[in-house]
Amino acid sequence: MQKNKDNSMFKASWSYNEAPESTDHIQIKKKYGLYINGKFSEPINGKYFDTINPSTNEKIASVAEATFEDVDAAVQAAKKAFESWSKLTGKERGKYIFRIARLIQERAREFAVIESLDGGKPIRESRDIDIPLAANHFFYYAGWADKLVYAFPNRTPKPIGVVGQIIPWNFPLLMAAWKLAPALAAGNTVVLKPAETTPLTALKLAEIIHESGIPKGVVNIVTGAGETGATIVNHPDVDKIAFTGSTNVGKYIQKATAGTGKKLTLELGGKGANIIFEDAAIDQAVEGIINAIFFNQGHVCCAGSRLFVQESVADIVIEKLKSRMDTLIIGDPLDKNTDIGAINSKKQLQTIENYIKIGLNEGGEIYQPDCKLPKNGNWCAPTLFLNVSQSHRIVQEEIFGPVLAIQTFRTIDEVIEKANNTPYGLSAGVWTQNGAKMFHLTQKLNAGVIWGNTFNKFDAASPFGGTKESGFGREGGLHGLKPYVKFD
Amino acid sequence: MSRLNIQKTYKLYIGGKFPRTESGRYFTINDNKGNLIANMCLASRKDFRNSVVIARNVQSSWANTTALNKGQILYRVAEMLEGRKEQFIAELIAQGETPANAKTEVLDAIDRLVYYAGWSDKYQQFFSAVNPVSSSHFNFSSVEPVGVVAVIAPENQSLLGLISVIAPAIVGGNTVVVLASETKPLTAISFAEVLNSSDVPGGVVNILTGKKAELAGQMASHMDVNSIIYCGTDEKLIKSISELASHNVKRTIFYKKHDWTNESCESPYLIEKTQEVKTTWHPTEI
Repeated sequence: MQKNKDNSMFKASWSYNEAPESTDHIQIKKKYGLYINGKFSEPINGKYFDTINPSTNEKIASVAEATFEDVDAAVQAAKKAFESWSKLTGKERGKYIFRIARLIQERAREFAVIESLDGGKPIRESRDIDIPLAANHFFYYAGWADKLVYAFPNRTPKPIGVVGQIIPWNFPLLMAAWKLAPALAAGNTVVLKPAETTPLTALKLAEIIHESGIPKGVVNIVTGAGETGATIVNHPDVDKIAFTGSTNVGKYIQKATAGTGKKLTLELGGKGANIIFEDAAIDQAVEGIINAIFFNQGHVCCAGSRLFVQESVADIVIEKLKSRMDTLIIGDPLDKNTDIGAINSKKQLQTIENYIKIGLNEGGEIYQPDCKLPKNGNWCAPTLFLNVSQSHRIVQEEIFGPVLAIQTFRTIDEVIEKANNTPYGLSAGVWTQNGAKMFHLTQKLNAGVIWGNTFNKFDAASPFGGTKESGFGREGGLHGLKPYVKFD
Repeated sequence: MSRLNIQKTYKLYIGGKFPRTESGRYFTINDNKGNLIANMCLASRKDFRNSVVIARNVQSSWANTTALNKGQILYRVAEMLEGRKEQFIAELIAQGETPANAKTEVLDAIDRLVYYAGWSDKYQQFFSAVNPVSSSHFNFSSVEPVGVVAVIAPENQSLLGLISVIAPAIVGGNTVVVLASETKPLTAISFAEVLNSSDVPGGVVNILTGKKAELAGQMASHMDVNSIIYCGTDEKLIKSISELASHNVKRTIFYKKHDWTNESCESPYLIEKTQEVKTTWHPTEI
């Protein structure tokens, strides 16, 4: 393994004292039931599973496992609630959603800490990105509730009915917000299933939703694993499925809902191309590349996991990348200095480690900084691979971890072809100081979100979603309303 | 003195050319008295695959044709159809339409082309947005064509239905491979002649004649097709198309209408169905 000796100097002369975020202000119950019809209730089969802190592998709480009977109760509650919720004026609906936004803001710090405890992401990210964005999302869509006719000129939008929503573990609260806010604003009722490994903030959100006084049954939150999700997908009284997760599961859902008349939106995997030209502001670009792949441990569907560097600047960019990687701080998610937290689960760590092995076996040249990883918990050093090509599996397949595959290119046409040569189409990034080149690339790249001289930016007002096998439908902004309405 | 009529040979329309099916097969179309009208090409799955290759190859250049130009090309198609409307009315009558319905259908078809020609440089403004994000970024969302679209055209109103479905797809920069009405395929191939003389680049619209039972599965499962439109009410087929579409997360669009003369059959929202939203971010801080 190659090591950059110069940075040992940096490490020796710069050490950080621990700066842990306090956990004494948060409230976590030992055991969480299901939130159905305005009440927390025991699961009918009485089974619970553990939710684990991935940075220590210690249990945090027991969480109910919903089976068919529970899901059915949730769906029936949602169906019943739809009758009155869909008839409530948009103004009144909106006010409940505004309340939820405010309640999240008020308890933001508690949510941030729990998000980092349960999911392993650095507290800086959950505090500054996940939780504020979640609140903003409710705030944004609350305002749409009484203005839907302006979103669809010359048409009459109507709510769809009962919406089943299944969300991933990488941005647990934020994904719940992305799903719930537009669905409620449009007048639908919801059965939401958070991910098995990160259910806590969604369950805390259930508390907030309860406090908001929203009518019972409008939002139901059921926890469980894949089987619970499949039960929601296949329930005959669910009118629409919104899913964020892997492309494989997305395909299963598209197949399972075929011919049922259920509406569907899918936000699936990605293998984002991040393209850096010789005329880019190199230092900014390097920082952007780091953020693109190591943000949230690389557990980001739109991560910039394929880097394309123009040949003329490849040496300098790679050298700078390596030395920047050397200074990344990996460790306790609750420490405010931490750049890279814990890998979300043992299973995901195995997946990532397996891909690293595949990369090595395929002849890739690996670089990992010489960093000490904590003994307990799930950890992966930031990793980059050189000497890989389009046919390598680590270039083609989504790893969902802090692993960057680097290729070089010479011409614009070449890099466009390489960047688009993937079944995915979620995100892409371009780094150049040349305006015409920038817009040429943003037009030619086939992806739903393009970042120019930036990466991994999100906003409630900004539509997000992919092309091709990255799924269909948009979340966020005006375009994010459409998946939650129907027309005559 | 009686004169022997010259009968037309109907072939496929692929890549701006009129080839016979590679399979060499045919099926017959008769009038309601059972007399032979034409032997149609019975297109094969390979004909479909060949068409997709061509549709893919021309898609980006068609999408990059200026909006103004695409509009003028669609308008040109309307001009050509107007000039040949008697032929289409006669063909529809031969396929069993009443003279009155045949006339309405052809006139509506021409008007529909003009309608979408007019949207060519406007729908983008209708479906795009500048998004007020809470950071120092310029952020906008615009629409782009989904790519290659497979179309199973309506069985009835074989001209108007076909045009109503493909016009919004191609005006949006997509290329299409169409399976014409199985029972009434004549006007689809004659319409190909109109397209061929109207500045629509070869490969933008490809038209096959054949059997749904044979081709629908291939159209729905093909990995280089981005979207499939099925016009019809066969629930079994809808289910199987939806299942096969999941192989590459294809966008499925189903039209169960029977009457395409209705004004509700023309709308910018039909263009939107084969568009993808792209959101672009750029910093504004210096």
